[in-house]
Amino acid sequence: MKDLVGIKEISREDIELILNTASSFRDILRRDIKKVPTLRGKTVVNLFFEPSTRTKTSFELAEKRLSTDVLNFSVPTSSVVKGESLFDTIKTIEAYGVDYIVIRHASSGATHFIANNVNASVINAGDGINEHPTQALLDAFTIIEKKERLEGLNVAIVGDIIHSRVAKSNIYCLTKAGAKVRLIAPPTLIPPYVPEGVDVFYSMEDGLRDVDVVMMLRIQMERQGKGFFPTTGEYFRLWGLTMERLKLAKNDAIVMHPGPMNRGIEIASDVADCGQSVVLEQVTNGIAVRMAVLYLLGGSRENG
Amino acid sequence: MDKRILVQGGHIIDPSQGIDGIGDILIEDGKIVKIVRQSDRATVNKEKDNSLKNYRTAALPHCCTIDAAGLYAMPGLVDLHTHLREPGFEHKETIKTGTGAAVRGGFTSVCCMPNTNPVNDNKTVTEFILRTTYAEGECFVYPIGAITKGQKGEELAEMGMMREAGCVAFTDDGRPVMNSLMMRRALEYSKIFNAPIISHCEDIHLSEGGLMNEGSLAAFLGLRGIPAAAEDVMVARDILLAELTGGRLHIAHVSTEGSVRLIREAKKRGINITAETCPHYFSVTEKAVEGYNTNAKVNPPLRTERDVEAVKEGLQDGTIDVIATDHAPHHRDEKLQEFDKAPFGISGLETALSLSLGLVEQGVLDMNRIVEKLTYNPSKILGISKGSLMAGSVADVAIVDPAKVFDIDAGRFLSKGRNTPFDGWRLKGRVVMTICRGKIYDWRMDE
Amino acid sequence: MAKELINKKDISRILSRIAHELIEKNKGTENLCLVGIHRGGVYLAKRIALKIKSIENVDIPVGSLDISLYRDDIGLRKEHPIVRKTDIPFDIADKKVVLVDDVLFTGRSIRAAMDALMDIGRPAQIQLAVLVDRGHRELPIRADYVGKNIPTSMTENIEVQLEEEGLSDSVVLVDRSLIVVNE
Repeated sequence: MKDLVGIKEISREDIELILNTASSFRDILRRDIKKVPTLRGKTVVNLFFEPSTRTKTSFELAEKRLSTDVLNFSVPTSSVVKGESLFDTIKTIEAYGVDYIVIRHASSGATHFIANNVNASVINAGDGINEHPTQALLDAFTIIEKKERLEGLNVAIVGDIIHSRVAKSNIYCLTKAGAKVRLIAPPTLIPPYVPEGVDVFYSMEDGLRDVDVVMMLRIQMERQGKGFFPTTGEYFRLWGLTMERLKLAKNDAIVMHPGPMNRGIEIASDVADCGQSVVLEQVTNGIAVRMAVLYLLGGSRENG
Repeated sequence: MDKRILVQGGHIIDPSQGIDGIGDILIEDGKIVKIVRQSDRATVNKEKDNSLKNYRTAALPHCCTIDAAGLYAMPGLVDLHTHLREPGFEHKETIKTGTGAAVRGGFTSVCCMPNTNPVNDNKTVTEFILRTTYAEGECFVYPIGAITKGQKGEELAEMGMMREAGCVAFTDDGRPVMNSLMMRRALEYSKIFNAPIISHCEDIHLSEGGLMNEGSLAAFLGLRGIPAAAEDVMVARDILLAELTGGRLHIAHVSTEGSVRLIREAKKRGINITAETCPHYFSVTEKAVEGYNTNAKVNPPLRTERDVEAVKEGLQDGTIDVIATDHAPHHRDEKLQEFDKAPFGISGLETALSLSLGLVEQGVLDMNRIVEKLTYNPSKILGISKGSLMAGSVADVAIVDPAKVFDIDAGRFLSKGRNTPFDGWRLKGRVVMTICRGKIYDWRMDE
Repeated sequence: MAKELINKKDISRILSRIAHELIEKNKGTENLCLVGIHRGGVYLAKRIALKIKSIENVDIPVGSLDISLYRDDIGLRKEHPIVRKTDIPFDIADKKVVLVDDVLFTGRSIRAAMDALMDIGRPAQIQLAVLVDRGHRELPIRADYVGKNIPTSMTENIEVQLEEEGLSDSVVLVDRSLIVVNE
């Protein structure tokens, strides 16, 4: 496998391999010396056309822990602003001799485009409203850490689903692994077409019953003005995850969030900090999972 | 309030129970206890049910017997579409005067539109309306919330919280939601609250500057016209959006042949929509504007003969589910202006029933169907438990004298709004008594 | 073509001897711990620990080490090797760590193992015990405890088969010039 463009393109076995490998990397992150020389001499470019602090930092740390040489390519300071096409940009980068490109772009499918046109291994850090595969993988890893399996679990994904690539990747990943996925959101935030086997609930009270995992999505403020819901006040009132609503789920249900959280809008402050919240573990696991992905992709095809 | 009331011997029409015949209505403590049909009376006399016998002999204290022989007794009427003007426009009408007018017209429940000042686009205004009704209202008021903030058509209003506070439906009435994407969102978002989106269908670009129905009369009078297409175009759009989203749509004040046709076809296709019309759209044509009569200036405008016929057919075949008043009172001074300056609107609560009875006279609908469109159907659409005389219901009853001939005298309206094109019309059939929550309003002595 | 070089009984005797040598050279078991290198070394380390227990009645800490991440040939391979669990549930600082492997060959695995250990902690000493030394060192690495020296040619391969993996204990010489052996 040269690239990781999406969960759609990988198999259940691939997912298991990545997660098993991530487990070993997570142990390394617990040591004093959190580094291994494994990918020494390899070069990674972080090509972020959309702003991101968390994902970018997570990738960068993963890359450094594997002893790779890291290059950061940020759009406002780049030649793209001068009008260079995406194709020329990536070809130039390839000419520098990089082994991995980690790309985040506002256009769905941008990652596929790049992967088809370079020899380097391409990793999707989020393309438009299509996919964000490493997020789904680290979410799956976190769930397995707490629940020891994915198969048969009831997972509720809550919030701005129609615009969320995190939701999409998670839906694919969880259904491939045999979990039972449901979506909870106002009707305006549910996509017009929902994959078979995925249930849709418009009410938290109905949707959270018997749920093992509550996966919250961030509500973007811009959605308020566009008619998806009237105000963040009403959103919280009807779909905010409060302690009362969390009680409807199973006693040992876990609460997840890809971050950054809007306290008081999609999630109540006390829930974000409660014992069932695994938000910080997700962050740590993110580094381990991304290390695993880099390790398994094997670098440039030329060396194969 | 009389503790016990017996409405005796009236012709009871209750479509919700399929009752259409002579009988008695027993009311106690503001609730309907029982309806006893004439045909059942024989069994009742044999029954050990002493309370019934006692009613008839008035042996129990505080029992008021109303002789309804020759009169119709029906559930209190339910108006899906009223402008009570409070808060903000109290010079035109207040909740107190508006509900008073409603009761005079036989209406015991009215839904008030949100185009007040401030607009009812949040739960605070909703709560104000309900509190004021509780303190001063003469009948039930069900607030309808705005679809968009300020009814500006740009951002959704907090429908969830308004629903919780007591709103039964949402509309930007007075204005359409011009932005189709916003209308789509509104239909999608409101789906889960089980409250219809009531659409005021008007393409404001097509109707721009219009003052009456577009046609030869408008040209003759030198008044800019509102083409029927301005309504039809939006009816079509809303029907398609309702189909796309699965949301609940209700079309307000249907006035054109085109609208009726579109709605009929949409219903045949199984789309979940309902529709209402108002008495002025089946009683009078654009001719009423002649002489620049501002009391005939209304939006949508009074239309042509063909449209009137189409509306009647729509009522007949069930395309139009509801007769609502679109009661729009204005201050006398406001209507006393040049035609283009006068505001649109007809004060309709006190004339609606009588005008609707005209349809019975013409053989367009029978009493049963008329009553259904004024009571049971609007209640069903809103999901409220009104419009029925079922045992246990709140005692809301309208008593109508079908033979009473009278002249409409706007000067004696209980509403502050005297603006009606029907002033001076001689009509047959009138509400002579209204019971609301068990309280009796007796107008049998009125001329 | 496979030829058995060491049988089950002899393997057991060899491990006993190594256990004795360990105890003797270190003058006891104080601060001693065993770390087996995946996969063969892990089982052998456990067995040696049991032998030591039966001799000195002391439980020596045993850990397992995966060296995939420290290999020096990662860039040369088509696919990266599967990473296994590194489980060293004790502090190796200031301890005498005895690495245990089944076959000592070029010495590169041992080099990788030492680098891994150094990233985990700072042992006082690292010693090396192997079941078989087959020669052909490419780095200056030697074992402190050797089960058996078996000189081989480059076309030959030594396979250590162990019960823990579902085979019966045996050290086998395979001539690769005749059969294709999967890595």
